[in-house]
Formats: sequence, structure tokens, C-alpha cells
Amino acid sequence: MTAARSARKGTLVAVISTLIVATLLAISIGSSPSWPLVQKAFFDGTYFSTSLPNVIGAFAINIQLFVLAEILILPIGLLIALARSITSPALAPLRIFATIYTDFFRGVPSILLIYVLGFGVPALRLPGVPSEPFFWALVTLVLIYSAYVSEVYRAGIESIHPSQERAARALGLTRFQALRYVVLPQALRRVVPPLLNDFIGLQKDTALVSILGVVEAFKQAQILKSANFNFTPLMVTAVIFLVITIPMTRLVDRLAAKDRAAQQGGTR
Amino acid sequence: MSTTRSRIAIGQTTRMAVVVMAMAMFFAACGGSAASPSASASVDASCAKDTLALKTAGKLTLSTDNPAYSPWFQGGNEGATVWVGDYNNDPVKGQGYEGAVAYAVAAKLGFTADEIVWIHTTFDNSYTPGAKSFDLYLAQVSIKAERAEAVDFSSGYYDAAQGVVTIEGSPIAGATSIADLKTAKLGAMIGTTSLAAINSVIKPDTEVAVFNTNDEALAALNGNLIDGIVTDVPTAFYMRDAQLTGGIIVGQLPSDGGAQEQFGFVLEKGSALTACVSAAVDALKADGTFAALLTEWIADKASAPVLK
Repeated sequence: MTAARSARKGTLVAVISTLIVATLLAISIGSSPSWPLVQKAFFDGTYFSTSLPNVIGAFAINIQLFVLAEILILPIGLLIALARSITSPALAPLRIFATIYTDFFRGVPSILLIYVLGFGVPALRLPGVPSEPFFWALVTLVLIYSAYVSEVYRAGIESIHPSQERAARALGLTRFQALRYVVLPQALRRVVPPLLNDFIGLQKDTALVSILGVVEAFKQAQILKSANFNFTPLMVTAVIFLVITIPMTRLVDRLAAKDRAAQQGGTR
Repeated sequence: MSTTRSRIAIGQTTRMAVVVMAMAMFFAACGGSAASPSASASVDASCAKDTLALKTAGKLTLSTDNPAYSPWFQGGNEGATVWVGDYNNDPVKGQGYEGAVAYAVAAKLGFTADEIVWIHTTFDNSYTPGAKSFDLYLAQVSIKAERAEAVDFSSGYYDAAQGVVTIEGSPIAGATSIADLKTAKLGAMIGTTSLAAINSVIKPDTEVAVFNTNDEALAALNGNLIDGIVTDVPTAFYMRDAQLTGGIIVGQLPSDGGAQEQFGFVLEKGSALTACVSAAVDALKADGTFAALLTEWIADKASAPVLK
């Protein structure tokens, strides 16, 4: 009963302190003499509602790009992670290739890669090579995020204690079987939260396709912004992205908490 | 004790001397400005150079985008630190149509060339809310009523028209009419009225590709991502002549029936300078200065066959 009371008290304190901070912030921002100007430029109700349908319509491209990229990244990232985990000397070239791949594509800013691939490769005018901006944006995102995701997978694989694999081998499983039935199932469960984290980043990076002239949500907002010299359409884009990403972040939190509880439950 | 007092005494005398000197300088300064003939008299008495509210006292701070392309800015960029690179031009040269217009307007307001400071402002930054770091901004910005909610515009200094440029081998290389452009994949730079012109005049079947800069639009044209670029006519000529290999001017778009599109100076919303700048622009338009500058810098590149 005392525990329940102190929990209620804790909630009350949290609510009050949050309200105080929020009020102080609102007062200090609102009292700025330039606030009406900023409000008109960034948070104009009329521009918000008129640009909303346009930006939502353009957001379909972001979703297509994101879903396709994610479907490709998950298996490619795993293959690269497995290639990097290979210990057999005969397959060293594969491991070296995977290492160079992750080093390079994690290090190159995605915006530079999309310039080179999206404008440079089509300019070669090679027969059969597509010039579609959507295609090259997809290639860029898959290349870069596969590198990130492969490192997440690898961290998961390496977090599984070596005794697990040895025990599996002792039971007569081959090296591949040990990986497939013992190591990976445990590793993949562990990496779900960090994987989702990378996919939130991927969702936002779909705006990169706009560099190649495709009118997706962010570009649509920019068009409206410079047509009217008002930044409110950008806020519309921010809201749309938040509506998609916040539920995902909450899901990541829930999964992480569940995973922690499961692990602790196991040791008890 | 006595030393302290004497120090105070010295302090007081010094302070008094400073005040007297300051007053003397103040009157001298006033006398000086009243005596010297003001070049700005030709604009308006209320636009006298000394009464203008400037970002930096005594200096007119002009601003444009970077790179600054021909024919709007010309003369190269020897010795420049900001406007660097091939195809770029240092606005300080006062050459090219906008460069020359900027210096003509500044002179009309009474500023000599050494009293002009150039700073770089991107197009987006030119209309952010709040105080601006420039007095005047010019970078082919079209005057629009919606935009005037956020900034002040001077009177227009250039009547703009939109042109279509492409390269050899493009499906629209031989286009002669608006109907021929209907099926084309066209590109334009973001924030330009070219984009609006494509949608209102051509109404193409495929969605317009929109690029952050004209350079990216050019890369897309070379890379076969688009069939043609719509931009203002002088820029279209410059793309054909300097930036494209095998560039072709398809033609000029007819007006969409609305008001004549004009480029104007951008000023801070509610700027005290706007009326004076507009008066200077109007005077230079009336006395034929702009017409002469057009002949000098844009000449035959201001119009192309109008597409029907």
C-alpha cells in the first residue's frame, strides 16, 4: 500500500514538473518579440491545411521506397554478416570483400552516393541500365543500410556465447547446422530492437530520392515552401514522418523491455 | 586623500574634453553631410543616402546566391574568395545584367562602388523570418503576392519569360509546339516559376522532375533522367552555350495569361528601404538605363521563338 502511494506520488510529481517546464518554455518562446513572425513563417494554419493533402499524396513514394528497401536489406545484410563471420581460410576473399563493403558503405555519406549513382551511372548511357531515379535511390539505400544492418547482425551473432556453438557441435550438428539452428535463432531475437532503430533511420532517408528530382513528401513540401516563401509545409512533412516513426519507436522500446524481462527470467 | 581627489579632478577634465570633442565631431559631421551635394537627390528627398536605414552604416549590403551565373552576373571571379570555381562570377565586378542593375540602383541611391558590400545568401535564406543580413537581395526572384507576405519586393527590374532547353537526341529535340512537349519528362529548379509555368502552360502527362539547383537539372538532362529543362530564357541560352554539349533551345513558352512575371529585389518585410529602392528602379526603367543594360548583357538572348 505504501508502495502504491509512493508510485502515485511519483506520477503526480512527474506531471507537475513536466507542466512547469512546458509552461516556462511556452512563455519564454511566446514572449520573444519575433515569435509572431516565426509563427507565421513556420506554423501557419492555412498553409498547413492546404499543403497537407499534397504532402500526404507524395508520401506514397516514401512508403514504397521504404518497404522495397527493407525487404531487400534484411537478407542482404544477413548474408554480409555471415560472410564476415567466416573463419575458414579458403573463404578469406569473401570475408575481406564483406569487410571492405561495410567499411566503405557505412563511411560514405548517402547523399554523395545518390549523386554518383543517380546522375553519374545513367549518364554513361549503357544499354539496359535503367535511368529511373526511384531505382537508383533504392540501390543507394540498400547498399548503405545493408552495411549498417550487417553490423547489427554480426554484433548479435558474436553476442551468443561460443559454448552454444560448441555444445551444438558436440551433439553432432555440422557447423552450418549449429549456425542455422542454434546461433542465429538466438542472435536474431536479440537484434530486433537495433534493427528497428536502423529502419527508422531508413524511413527518414527515403527523402534522399528528392535529389534526383522525384517529388516525394519532403520535396513536395519544399516546392510549396519556396512558392509561397512560407516554411509551414515542412512542418507538415515532419508531422507525417512522426506519425509513422513514433509508433515504431514505442514498439522498439516494448520489444527491448520484453527481451530484457525474458533474459532476466531465464537467469532467475 | 589629496591624490585621490586630484585623480578625480583629472578624470572629470578628461571626460569633459571627450564630451566637447564628441560634440565638435558631431556638428562637423552634420555640417559635412549638409554641405556635400547628395547624389541621391535625384530619387527622393526622403531617400537621402544618410537617412537610409542600412545594415551597416554608410555601406549598402547587397546579396545574391552562389554560384552567380551568366548572363545575370559576369566578368569571372579573379581574386574572389566566395564566388569561386568555373562558371562562377564575382558580383563585385558589377557585370552581367543583375550585377549592372545592382550597381546602377546603388548609384541612384548615392552609393559609390567602394560603399557596396556583397554577401552570399542562399535562395532559401533570403526569405527566412526575422532580421536579414542584407539590405538588398537579387537572384532572379520572381515577384508574387504570396511571397510578399514574407518579404518586401522592389518594383520589377526584369520582365521574365520561360524557355525550354534540351540536348541532341532527346525526344523533344525537334519539338515545335506545346503539344509536342505534352509527353515529355520535363525538369525545373525548385522555387522557380518555371515549375508553375510547366504545369499551367504545358500540362505534361508525366510528373515534373524538380531539382534543388539548375546544375542538378543539367546532370539529369545529361543522364537521360529528363527530356528537357524549363528555365528563364537567358538562363536557357546560357545552358545551351556554356553548360551543355549539343544543347538546343526548343523555344519560349507563351504567357499563361496572368500578369507579366517580373524579377525584383528582395528586402526585409517592412523595410524602410523598399520605397527608395523601388523609386530608384522605376527611375532607371523610365530613363532607359535598364533597356541599355539589357542590350549590353542579354541582347539577343532574351527571347526565343514562342511555342504555340
